[in-house]
Amino acid sequence: MEETPTETNFKSEEYFINMGPQHPATHGVLRLLLTIDGEIIKKVEPDLGYIHRSIEKMCERDSYQQIVHLTDRMDYLSSNINNEAVCLTVENALQMEIPERVKVIRTIIGELTRISSHCLWWGVMGMDVGALTTYFYGFRDRELINDIFEETCGARLTMNYNVPGGLMFDIHSNFVRRVKEFIAHFKTKIPEYDRLLTDNVIFHKRTKGVGILTKEDAISFGASGPVGRASGYSCDVRKHHPYSALEKVTFNEALKTEGDTFARYQVRIQEMWESLSIVEQLIDNIPEGEYRIATKAVIKLPKGEFYQRVETARGELGVYVISTGTKSPYRLKFRSPGFSNLSLLSHIAVGGKIGDLVATMATLDLVIPDIDR
Amino acid sequence: MTKALSITKGIHDWLSSIMSENAANFVEMVLIALVYLGIFAIAGLFLVLIERRVAAWFQLRVGPNRVGFQGLLQTMADALKLLSKELTGTEKADKFLYNLAPYFVIVTSLMALAVIPFTQEFQAFDINIGILFLIAISSIGVIGILLGGWSSNNKFALIGAMRSGVQTISYELSVGLSLLTMILITGTLQLSEIIEVQKNGWLIVQGHIPAIIAFMIFMIAGTAETNRAPFDMAEAESELGAGFHTEYSGMKFAYFFLAEFINMFIIAAIATTVFFGGWLSPFGITESIPLLGVFWFLAKTMFLVFLMMWFRWTFPRLRVDQLLTLEWKYLLPLNLMNIVLMALIVWLNLIIKL
Repeated sequence: MEETPTETNFKSEEYFINMGPQHPATHGVLRLLLTIDGEIIKKVEPDLGYIHRSIEKMCERDSYQQIVHLTDRMDYLSSNINNEAVCLTVENALQMEIPERVKVIRTIIGELTRISSHCLWWGVMGMDVGALTTYFYGFRDRELINDIFEETCGARLTMNYNVPGGLMFDIHSNFVRRVKEFIAHFKTKIPEYDRLLTDNVIFHKRTKGVGILTKEDAISFGASGPVGRASGYSCDVRKHHPYSALEKVTFNEALKTEGDTFARYQVRIQEMWESLSIVEQLIDNIPEGEYRIATKAVIKLPKGEFYQRVETARGELGVYVISTGTKSPYRLKFRSPGFSNLSLLSHIAVGGKIGDLVATMATLDLVIPDIDR
Repeated sequence: MTKALSITKGIHDWLSSIMSENAANFVEMVLIALVYLGIFAIAGLFLVLIERRVAAWFQLRVGPNRVGFQGLLQTMADALKLLSKELTGTEKADKFLYNLAPYFVIVTSLMALAVIPFTQEFQAFDINIGILFLIAISSIGVIGILLGGWSSNNKFALIGAMRSGVQTISYELSVGLSLLTMILITGTLQLSEIIEVQKNGWLIVQGHIPAIIAFMIFMIAGTAETNRAPFDMAEAESELGAGFHTEYSGMKFAYFFLAEFINMFIIAAIATTVFFGGWLSPFGITESIPLLGVFWFLAKTMFLVFLMMWFRWTFPRLRVDQLLTLEWKYLLPLNLMNIVLMALIVWLNLIIKL
């Protein structure tokens, strides 16, 4: 009998998996529709809407003071920066003169928020690649920042510390001392992070060359924050459009050109150092003065369109307001960093393994309520 | 055939007096099996507790310390809770295989315990192919994992099971070959004789360089065999939910869980026996008191168990293709070269004897 190649009964077939809305790696209620061939990912389709609360529509009903409170619930890990964005929009529209003290405190709190957000991200990043211990190290240091916030404004997550015209309260008398203590403590802890995770050879293998995003793609997908900067796209709003007290400080924009998962990781570690240095520069020079200037009980923005951008821990947050001169905006749109960062997931995760998808998603640092709003 | 403690000798004599020799042997074996089952169900729970306390220690936590003294009864309470839980499963699961799978896993890991020599006398079953038996038994467990993942009709469980199958089949080679390296020195597969050979120095000293290499390979491959981090591909909770046991609940889940810990103990026990002299004390300091052998055996084993927990709570997880690269491109060739090196050393009689 002549030998012919016979067809086996084993056919390779693509199959479909529903990752989420309840899945440990999606950190919330994100649903990913994956088409997989064995372990290799062929297609990723994010499905959103599981935590949509129509915040933008609610803003059209609320007064500007109330809108500030809603922003806490978007990107809850950088709630202070979100609050600041709305307050800055209102203040710029009304051309208020904000006291220097308020600006400096806002910047300090904003950078501390960024550090605490990155701490949590670092812990979860480790957990996503399988190193469970990092989670507790990250939370240990985040807890100290939360304690400082709790003492100053009474809340640990949804702070509501900013109001149009200044701050809700003055800083607590212990604030400066405790922040200094934190800086001293955290300077010894970032090297510990490096020893535990950054320098690990398995971690390098898992992240280097995975989920590569080119600079052109980063720009065309609208990537911002650490995701964009890891691809060599200089997009730090704090550098290009400084707000509050950021003009007074010197810091480096963390930039990498590799664009892979490891570069995104390194950018965030670098940002922790930069934020520490910003806080360090400001904490000794908090000017005396008012912590809040009187505003009218009902704030009415003049007729027109206003836009304010800030740099949250995840990237560029834009607040776009169309006002018709009433107490509420006619239309308010948040340009959230998470949404555009998520949109590129289906572009960069294809061709990788399931493990790569999880690692890539971890470095996009998604907060789902920020994406769904 | 059955070596037993002197206490059981009394029981044996008594049994022989009231029934025939064969029946007495049979009853005795059943009794020993039951005792082992009891001891290691408890020991497994105790290992779970140790893991949780060690994990807490690594993770800046306190860990369970409320139930009983220092939380000693915590895992007992957990087991009771799991016993009372409803057994849920998927509708379209292959019911027979789905129910069978956990027993495959737990039974094979308990079977392997039969040949572990705790002391000179405390070894249930001292067969002359001890090492071969251990390797053979430890490879059956993967069938349970494969069946469990496949029959529960869940894609995440299926991926976990397939990963586990690939992983165990690959790393079995390294486990077997690294033990084979040591057998070149001992010249026997019988575990009690392997320990006798080590009276002139533990094998890791006798075999020096190739023995140390073999020990490292054995620990890496052994960790992979037990599906523990950094090789926990089969579970990989951040990728697959819970992997192959996603659909199991209650006591069936507990069997998988317990088997993992008993397997970890077995791997550490094999390493102790083959590399670190089993129940022999260091430099023979307590040789006059044979009962202390249990202490030395457990001390060495628990140290290796701690080492494996240390791996688990420090390292990130490998990716599935990197896992196979590590085995087939690095560990296996290294292992084969190591065997040749060891053969040369034995041939040229370069063994260090104390």
